[in-house]
Formats: sequence, C-alpha cells, structure tokens
Amino acid sequence: MHGTTGIEAPGGPRPGIDHDFNVAYITRVEGEGSLRLRVRDGGVVEARLSIFEAPRYFESLVVGRTPDEVIDIVSRICGICPVAYQMSAVHGFEHLFGVEVDPQVRALRRLLYCGEWIQSHALHIYLLHAPDFLGYPSAIAMAADHKAVVARGLAIKKVGNQILSTLGGRAIHPISVRVGGFSKVPRRDALDDLRRALDDAVAGAEETVRMVAGFDVPDYHREPKLVSLVHPTEYPYNHGRIKSSDGVDLPVDRWDDAFEEIHVEGTNALQARTHDGGVYLLGPAARMTLSPGSLHPMAAEALTRTGLADVIRTNIYWSIAARAIELLHACAEARDLIDGYRRPAEPKVAWTARPGRAAWATEAPRGLLFHRYEVDDRGFVSAAQIVPPTSQNQAAIESDLAGFAPSVLDLPHEEATLRLEQLIRSYDPCISCATHFLDLRVERST
Amino acid sequence: MTATAAPARLTVGIVKFASCDGCQLSLLDLEDELLDVVRKFDIVEFPEASTSRSPGPYDVLLVEGAISTEDQRREITELRSKAKTLVTIGACASYGGIQALRNWMDHDAVRAAVYAHPEYIDSLATATPVREHVKVDAELHGCPINQDQLRELLASVALGRRPQIREEAVCLDCKRRGNVCVLVASGMPCLGPVTQSGCGALCPTFGRGCYGCFGPKELANARSLADSFLVGREPADVGRLFAGFTAYAEPFRSIVTEMGGIRMDPTGPASARPARGGNA
Repeated sequence: MHGTTGIEAPGGPRPGIDHDFNVAYITRVEGEGSLRLRVRDGGVVEARLSIFEAPRYFESLVVGRTPDEVIDIVSRICGICPVAYQMSAVHGFEHLFGVEVDPQVRALRRLLYCGEWIQSHALHIYLLHAPDFLGYPSAIAMAADHKAVVARGLAIKKVGNQILSTLGGRAIHPISVRVGGFSKVPRRDALDDLRRALDDAVAGAEETVRMVAGFDVPDYHREPKLVSLVHPTEYPYNHGRIKSSDGVDLPVDRWDDAFEEIHVEGTNALQARTHDGGVYLLGPAARMTLSPGSLHPMAAEALTRTGLADVIRTNIYWSIAARAIELLHACAEARDLIDGYRRPAEPKVAWTARPGRAAWATEAPRGLLFHRYEVDDRGFVSAAQIVPPTSQNQAAIESDLAGFAPSVLDLPHEEATLRLEQLIRSYDPCISCATHFLDLRVERST
Repeated sequence: MTATAAPARLTVGIVKFASCDGCQLSLLDLEDELLDVVRKFDIVEFPEASTSRSPGPYDVLLVEGAISTEDQRREITELRSKAKTLVTIGACASYGGIQALRNWMDHDAVRAAVYAHPEYIDSLATATPVREHVKVDAELHGCPINQDQLRELLASVALGRRPQIREEAVCLDCKRRGNVCVLVASGMPCLGPVTQSGCGALCPTFGRGCYGCFGPKELANARSLADSFLVGREPADVGRLFAGFTAYAEPFRSIVTEMGGIRMDPTGPASARPARGGNA
C-alpha cells in the first residue's frame, strides 16, 4: 500500500516465543513486493517474499511479433536493466538464424552492457543500498551528511548512462539494438568524451570499493549453490556456458536442461529451481566466485586488497562489495573497449528468419537472464519464456530469510524487521522483471 | 529564525502502478541536478528510493504506470483524493503503455498462457490510462519520459504555473537535426509524422523509423499515414506498426483495431512475407 511503513506490531503470536514479521511494501527495491515471516516456538514456519507488482503478461505480448519488435517490447520489462532483455533476445534470434555479427559489433554490445552494469550497480550501491549501512532512510536524506558520497555515486551512474545514450540513443529503453547488429554505430571520435569520463569513473569505482569494504555487515554465512555464465577469457556478459558451483555445465541456450520453473505448493508462485528442486544463487557473488580469473586486472587487484573474496561467496550482505568490484570491472573494461574500437564497415548484417527455438542467456546486473522464443516459419514469435534473475533468486532469498531470522529474534521488533528487509535488498531484487512468475497473492496492511 | 523565512516546500509523492519503473528512474537520472531538485521539494513518498513513507496528503503526486488490477483502481481513487495536483509520468500512466495491448486480447487466455493458476491473479481485463479513472491535472508522455520535460514540469509546479511543453511532430525534430527522412529516402515505415516529439527524433537519427513512444500528436492524420503504409503491406503488418507503447491512444487505437487487432494466433494471416532485416 502506498504511504504505509508496512511495519506491523506483532499480533497473534505468543510474546517472547513467537514472532511475526510483516513488511507490506519493501522499499528501495525496483518494483512492489512484501515480506512475511512467521516464527513459532523458535522455528521459522513461513518465509515468503510476496509480490504484488501487477502482472503485465509479456510472454503473451510478444506472440505474433517479429524479432526486432520483440527486442523493443521486452526492453520494457525493466527500466533499470532494459539492455539485458534486449541482449538475451537478440542473441537468441541471431543464434537461431545463423547470424554472425562483426567483431566490433560484438565489442560494442559488450560496451553497451558495461553501461547498464555501471548505472545499475551505482544506483543500487549508492541510492538503494548504502543508506542501510550508513543509517538513513534514503540517499537523499544521506546526502545531508554525506554529500560527497552521494555525488560520487551519481557521477559514476551518469557515466553508465552516457554509454547507454551514446550507443543506444537514450539511457532508458535504448533503441539501436537490432538483429544482425545495431541500427547505427558510433564513429570512434564520438567516444572521446566517454573515454575521458571513464577515467573519473574508474577512480570513483576504486573509491567505492574502499568505502563499502569498510561497512559493518551482519555475520551470517551459508554455502549457496552458485550459477552464472562462465567464459574462458571474458568476465561473463553475453557469452559463455551456464555453469554452477557443483558441476552444471551447459551450452548458453540450454538453461532448461538443468533448471525449471516450478509451482510452489500453497501459492501460485512459479520459482526457478534445479530439476531436483535445488535452490541456487545468481548475481555478482556467483559471477565473481565462478570467474575469478577473468575479472579486469584492476578489479581483481581491488578484490584482493579487500580480502573479501571468501565472504562475498558465503555472506549475502557482502553483495554490496561484489557489486562494487563489478562496478570497477565494468568501468575499466569499458575504457579498454573504447581504446580497441574501430568502427565496423556496416552497422548490421543481413539476415533471414528461420523457424525453431531461439534461446540464449546473458548476465543482467542481477544475474543470469534466460529467454526462449519459438519462431514460426514466417519469422513470427509463437511462444516465449522469459526467466529473469530475480525469479531464480527468489527461492534463495526465502531460504536466507529463514536462515537469518533466528539471529534477529532478540532485537526490538522494528529493528529486526528492518534487518530482514535489508537482507532482501542485498539481492538487488528487480520485482518488475520477476512479476510474471512470482507469488502474486496480495497481502497488504490497511 | 531568519528574517525572511523560506516558503514551505511542496510535498511530493511518487508512486507506481503497472510499469517498468523507468519513468521514476528518470528522476534519479537527473544526476547532476538531483540533489538541487530534491532540495526544492519535500519528497515524502517515493518507495523506490526511500524507506520514509507518507500516506499523504500531497501537494503534487507523480503517477507512473497503468491501472490494471482491482486494487490499483481503488488505490488511484484514494490517492487522487489526497493529491492537490496529480501528474501522470510516461506512456503507461498517460496511455496504458505496452500492457494495454491486452485490451485487444482474450484476458482469460492471456492469463492462462503465463500462469498455472490464472484464477488467483488479481488482474483486470484491461490496462488503462490513469485519466480513465480519475481527473489528471497534467500528463508527461514518452516511453520513457523526457528529462527536459520532467525539469519543466517540476519547475512549473514549483512556480505554480502550467508546464510549457512543445506540441509538435517528430518530423520537426528531424528537420532541425538535418536528418535524411527515413520514410521518403529509405521507404522505412515511420510514425514520425503523427507522433509527438519529445525524444528529439531519436529513432530516425539512429536509422530507424519512429515507433511512437510519445503517442499521437494532436490532430494527427494517422489514418492517412496508415493508408500509405498499406501499399505493399498486409493490414496486420501496418497494425503492428501502431501497436506499440502508445497503441491505446486514439487515433492509433482505431487503426490497430481496423487492421485486425492484436493476434494471439500467430498462425493466422499476419503477413505475406517472411521476417528479414539488416541490409538486405
């Protein structure tokens, strides 16, 4: 419900023994969700991240559309990570149609993705997440005491948006990605301003790593199964194989060979699990742990300096450090990509549609994003499945809520509730993205 | 106390319904100016960015997103009663957005295609603009909104005057930018002649036809443009050109309907030609 804190006094449970935690509207996340956690006799009997974000039916909206129309439509699933949706879709179609893009087009797509990672990670670190660690309700309130910190975050975020605007016309819902390449590619000298701005962004990202490494985080550890794309030489964005920390190793278009969306009993939630019901974690901590050797040297060095590599894997509260390391990686790699850029002779190559399965996964800022489209013999999409990272992380979030809750039961109710809300923010959930399949049961305080 | 007390800041709420969050993100994307802008207002409700909440009343309420559930229908009515000025931001709140494509579809079939238990989903058969439910004082268009227009809106609200937003076709921005017309020179279908500008003619500048993010320009002769697209194209192909992010805005809405609506059945006679692209 708009306008309510959503923090309710405990009602039914027995004082001191049972605890109910309800957050009717989780703030500082993208989209609308609620948290419900019930503890009886010291044991967690329910841990639920519910989503009341309205369903938008994207899998139905793309039916009957052409591949290029689909790229424009799926972008609108998320205003924070539109490029991720465009990338998983365009690669899926090109894979099916046998399209080979120019190596410089490949590099530009990676640069575009760097832009999205920079703006999304800077947004989350500085505007959504840091207020938890520094004790403010928002970055705006935080700016009163830490103006330089907020200004640095905004400056880094701006450089990410400049990359998106330069390559894609605008920061939100860029328009240049087409099957076969781009509708237009920049001249090298059009990137000069960006190149200079990235020097400052790299310095700002290094400062970001130093800042977040000093944050005080709860001591909560577990050993999650991690999943991400892994590429032999590159930090994972658009290419690689789907790998896990326990031996999954699949081609990028075969996510469904190991994972599925399942119906959770008692709700109408579809959550992604492994075929045998396993819970897994996506995102910066998974990528960093599974691809330690392909971080940009500057990011790898910064990670070593923090000494946090192990706890990033085991403590989700340290995701802010993982995001900061990736922010530095994206800024440094973007600079390298510009240095190596030569304008391709043609912005895109010709293609003809073929019928079949167009599937691909790329790494959205929040983790692996899988798309599968069925294309008919005239080149129209006849069915779609879109599996966003937050849907795949939802089971891990709920599992962590249950695991973490016992450690906050002795805190005052309001503070315990805030701690649980912070745990959810540590995943950087993107609820608008996830809505097609999360639990849509409405649970609001009045 | 100072001798000249500053006037009380206007209280502002920013809320969302069915949408991607991109238009409220446009506010945070003001970056260099953000901290100055937020000092001019008292942003009391902005759950995407702040844990501090306010149930109202609000001097100004910025509303993102389409009305697409029973709860949202109740809530927008309640919010309207708490807001002195209500402004919609973006194509979803102003026109219904991309999810309004379901207004042409069989809602039960759409729900069943996505959800295992469609009966549990709180969802109206339609996704509609805010103005179909409550009085709207001003609208910002675009998918997403334009930052200059957002600045103008905020400035006008602070000064208590009407926002001055230019109403003209995308074509005029193309002329200003010196673009070669993609419609005339390359034969690409382009909605620029009948679409409000606000993007600075982004798509034609990037070698594509306009796809209508800012919605129909007032008094646009969209029907004539649609008729011209029919030369060498099937009606369904022309319908899809208008069936984008502002499809539910008239006259685009009537054109989509006349060209056969939105097809959930892709095996139907959607197009005579296979899809292709690139430089072919």
